[in-house]
Amino acid sequence: MFPILSSLIILPLIGSLFLIFIRSSEKNTSLKYVALFITFANFFLSLYLWNIFDPSISTFQFVENRIWIEGFINYKVGIDGISILFVILTTFITPICIISVNSTVTYRLKEFLIAILIMETLMIGVFCSLDLVIFYLFFEGGLIPMFLIIGIWGGNRRVYSAFKFFLFTLVGSVLMLVAIIAIYWISGTTDVEKLYELGIQEEYQKLLWLAFFSSFAVKTPMWPVHTWLPDAHVEAPTAGSVLLAAILLKMAGYGFIRFSVGLFPLASIYFVPLVYSLSLIAIIYTSLVALMQEDMKKLIAYSSVAHMGFVTLGIFTFTQQGIEGSIFQMISHGLISAALFLSVGVVYDRLKTRQIKDFSGLVNIMPKYAIVMMIFTLGALGLPGTSGFIGEFLVLMGTFKKSIITAAIASIGVILGAAYMLWLYKRVVFGNLLKTIDVKKMVDLNKYETLILSSLAILIIVFGFYPEPLIKTYSTSIDNFINTLNVPTELSLTEKIK
Amino acid sequence: MNNLYFIIPELFISLSVMALLVLGVFKNNSSNIIFYFSCLIILISLAINLNINITQTIFLFNNSYVVDHLSLFIKSIILISAFFVMFCSYNYVRLNNILKIEYPILILCSLLGMMVMISSNDLIVFYIGLELQSLALYVLASFNRDNILSSESGLKYFVLSALSSGLLLYGCSLIYGFSNSTNFDEISQNFNFQYGVIFGMVFVIVGLAFKISAVPFHMWAPDVYQGSPTSVTVLFAILPKIAALTVFIKFLYGPFINLFEEWQAIIIFLSIASMILGAVAAIGQKNLKRLIAYSSISHMGYALAGLTVGTNQGIQSSIIYLIIYLIMNLAFFSCLFMLKRKDKFYENIEDLSGLSKKHPILALSFLAILFSLAGIPPLAGFFAKFYIFMAVIEKEMYFLAIVGLLATVIAAFYYLRVIKIIYFDPEQEKFDTSMSLGLKLTLILSTSAILMYFLNPNLLNKYITNILVI
Repeated sequence: MFPILSSLIILPLIGSLFLIFIRSSEKNTSLKYVALFITFANFFLSLYLWNIFDPSISTFQFVENRIWIEGFINYKVGIDGISILFVILTTFITPICIISVNSTVTYRLKEFLIAILIMETLMIGVFCSLDLVIFYLFFEGGLIPMFLIIGIWGGNRRVYSAFKFFLFTLVGSVLMLVAIIAIYWISGTTDVEKLYELGIQEEYQKLLWLAFFSSFAVKTPMWPVHTWLPDAHVEAPTAGSVLLAAILLKMAGYGFIRFSVGLFPLASIYFVPLVYSLSLIAIIYTSLVALMQEDMKKLIAYSSVAHMGFVTLGIFTFTQQGIEGSIFQMISHGLISAALFLSVGVVYDRLKTRQIKDFSGLVNIMPKYAIVMMIFTLGALGLPGTSGFIGEFLVLMGTFKKSIITAAIASIGVILGAAYMLWLYKRVVFGNLLKTIDVKKMVDLNKYETLILSSLAILIIVFGFYPEPLIKTYSTSIDNFINTLNVPTELSLTEKIK
Repeated sequence: MNNLYFIIPELFISLSVMALLVLGVFKNNSSNIIFYFSCLIILISLAINLNINITQTIFLFNNSYVVDHLSLFIKSIILISAFFVMFCSYNYVRLNNILKIEYPILILCSLLGMMVMISSNDLIVFYIGLELQSLALYVLASFNRDNILSSESGLKYFVLSALSSGLLLYGCSLIYGFSNSTNFDEISQNFNFQYGVIFGMVFVIVGLAFKISAVPFHMWAPDVYQGSPTSVTVLFAILPKIAALTVFIKFLYGPFINLFEEWQAIIIFLSIASMILGAVAAIGQKNLKRLIAYSSISHMGYALAGLTVGTNQGIQSSIIYLIIYLIMNLAFFSCLFMLKRKDKFYENIEDLSGLSKKHPILALSFLAILFSLAGIPPLAGFFAKFYIFMAVIEKEMYFLAIVGLLATVIAAFYYLRVIKIIYFDPEQEKFDTSMSLGLKLTLILSTSAILMYFLNPNLLNKYITNILVI
């Protein structure tokens, strides 16, 4: 069989090698076309994969299993309904990043494109790997290109942010490495499929769960270890922020479903109160913090923390609705946050500032921008008819089943979300045009920006009205996933939270 | 049975050393030729060594000399790395006026000492080997005698090393006194739990810990690394460490095997202290050689962690660690040799500022090497640590594993700082681009080994799996 997943993983890497040997001309157009060609090829390959993917099978498909370290670790990749959507999200967002590079990255373009392509390889690898060690390799390897993207092409405080990003993530991850090795000695394998079958003894589960949690909580990010995210987002170049928000954060959400819940169901139930309280704090507290931000990127970064709070909340309901909602929320947040960061990038390129107070009345001079920005804002606050609504709604539905109080508190977060997003939109787009804004510079969207922003806007609306293709892809897998978890259903979670 | 066949590499080197000495005396300006000849001699003895096939452990000279898989393998590793060390440092040696006839001959002598040390099965033979390599290294450290730092480092190394040799000898004499033998096998049989024996063991461990610069016997390392000529520093960073760690394995799992519980605590302490101190003390360094000295202290901590386990797997993981460590160091020092402007070599971290703009390829190698030293996947350095922690966690020594991994996070900080200076800081004047072939080849080979290791980890494991010490 044609190794389609391995080709998806390796294609960007080959592309980056190819880029090394291209002479960079003055305008660098050839570099960009090569990178675009490769990422689009990867995107179409992943669409083909979606086409031949059979959503009615609950097991892993397209599995490749090769010996990697003799008698020890196998290179094993495969996808099911849960992971395929993240692969497609990755292959979709990467070309968008490369198109957006046009105006945002002005120096050392070649290295930038190489870093983005290597990043794509690693991100696809994370979502495909079915072996814990392979997963760890891809998961951690992403630190290197991201560190460079933030550090070389970032803003003024780029060094501080890059270090913070790297060290925060590394501390969490090394504990996960200890846990992975411990799993190997406890169960004799790191193969995820086999581990699902074997299960892990109860006495080990709690410690192992905490070790995995430390890594994923930093990456999600959950309160109180979220502080790297606003810094990294603000300082990273637009394409870097997009990658971070749209895909890197989803790695953790995916990890929670696949590993934390999948491998340690009993510990997951035990720690439900912890996850719920941290998620609720994330939703409420970071929404309040977002309200007070003066930097647009920082505001969106905090809103990401709040949105990811819904994701963790949904996952740990262990209900069909909750987990489906979480996945939908992640996909939709991937599109919306990418779109919002790109929109901020658009005005930043023109005025070289991201302070909210420096903008006002953009609707008067940039009508197209005002329209797409409106769609993204409404998507972010979860208006019915956008993809943001469905995710949050399903999550709240799942949570309601388990704990009414938690669902009630989380709903407040939805209101706060509407508050900070609408207020941001009002301050930036509506109102009178500021005199300090140079009208000549503030031209409306050019054709590249129109292309990427409108395609994102269309997807957000289409999935808002017709979520069926996404939900159909993963519902069988999740159904099977929950049933094999063996979670005692009558467990009263409400009491535990009290 | 005194079969000289198994010690041909040692014999060949010692005869060549004498021949080269004679050549040096009788021929004027022969330092160049002797340098080339020494490289050739190392290669030939490597070839001979690779050709020795054994099916079982060979004991020679009344059981005082042993040839087994471990010693053969480590000898090959030492010879290969010695060759590359000389191969890549030729330009440096020539431009710094330290290319005298004694230079390559001393390297050969220390090599011979290491090989004897690795194969020894007797306290006296071991001590002869140890002193032969140490004496040669004292002279090499102060070889750039017009430089005050170099003289200082040679003297410092000599005084402290002599002290540790004294402790070692005292330990050996205690062991002999309590076990009636100098032979390793007999010692291990005659050992019982007496305080004198344990004292002797502690003294021996202290002496060996000094040689691999494990904390708290590390004080000499930063000064000696910085003061010695860089071509000697790379030697210090690689060869004696491999040899001494192998001797560690031989001692711990040979004569001291019955005292496992006693020495395990000591080695765990040495390991944890080295990991943490190496990581913390490196943060403030300004000189790249001092930085790599502290880094090698912490790397030795990880290699020692593999020895605390008491299984063959632990020992094998330590050996893999050593090999990857030597490749990374070789690559790092090749990069250092490239920082040259008008025949002057640079070794401060600030000199790297903005390197990536004018020298993208060199900067990329630095990037790979530094991330690999920090142990970030998928580079080779990660796998080195991975195997160590596999072995450590198998015996449920979670404390050691977690401390070790957290120390890697601290260590990551100072590696990142160097990367920051290379990639994020303003650029400086260009370095020379014309490099000798040997240097380029060494850098390309070692860097690609670091980058490509993850493609086929079995390649290295294949040679390690038949090293069974216990």
